[in-house]
Amino acid sequence: MKLGKVTGRVVSTVKVDSFEGIKLMLVQPLDEKLVPYGDPIVAFDTIQAGVGDLIYYETSKEAGRVLETTMNPCDAAIMGIVDNLSLEDAK
Amino acid sequence: MILGKITGNAVSAVSEPGYESRKILVVQPIDPSGMPKGQSFLAIDTVQAGVGDTVLILEEGGSARMILDEPETFTIKAVIAGIVDHITM
Repeated sequence: MKLGKVTGRVVSTVKVDSFEGIKLMLVQPLDEKLVPYGDPIVAFDTIQAGVGDLIYYETSKEAGRVLETTMNPCDAAIMGIVDNLSLEDAK
Repeated sequence: MILGKITGNAVSAVSEPGYESRKILVVQPIDPSGMPKGQSFLAIDTVQAGVGDTVLILEEGGSARMILDEPETFTIKAVIAGIVDHITM
């Protein structure tokens, strides 16, 4: 799983059947120091995250398992909202 | 499996079902000599690892589900599967 920040919403009316009724969010990947890296991705959201939330998401085929239709072409899904992230210098 | 070092932990109250009681740690992949390599990520802990530990990380969903004893519908990719005591090269 990776850290990210929800930066927006994506609305799509015409889409694959298994994506019906599922919220799409724009997510900016962040490193552990919360510095953005790479390009934003579009991820499915089934836990009601909002814009500005620090979240963690899963990519690849595994992400599709959050949807009710298990055989689906989903490749990124938000798994949870981060309340607290604590880092210590590696010893 | 890959080698990594635990650099922190993440606490989450709102999450997918099945993630509530799981410990989530921040992992920095390292090379065998201990140098950081690539982007850090989050993994579920199964061996009570702590910050500073060198660990074995399994990055494959099927095996991860087997370790966590979760059904096929559970989304997971990375789990911490062991604590490394030492590496000889």
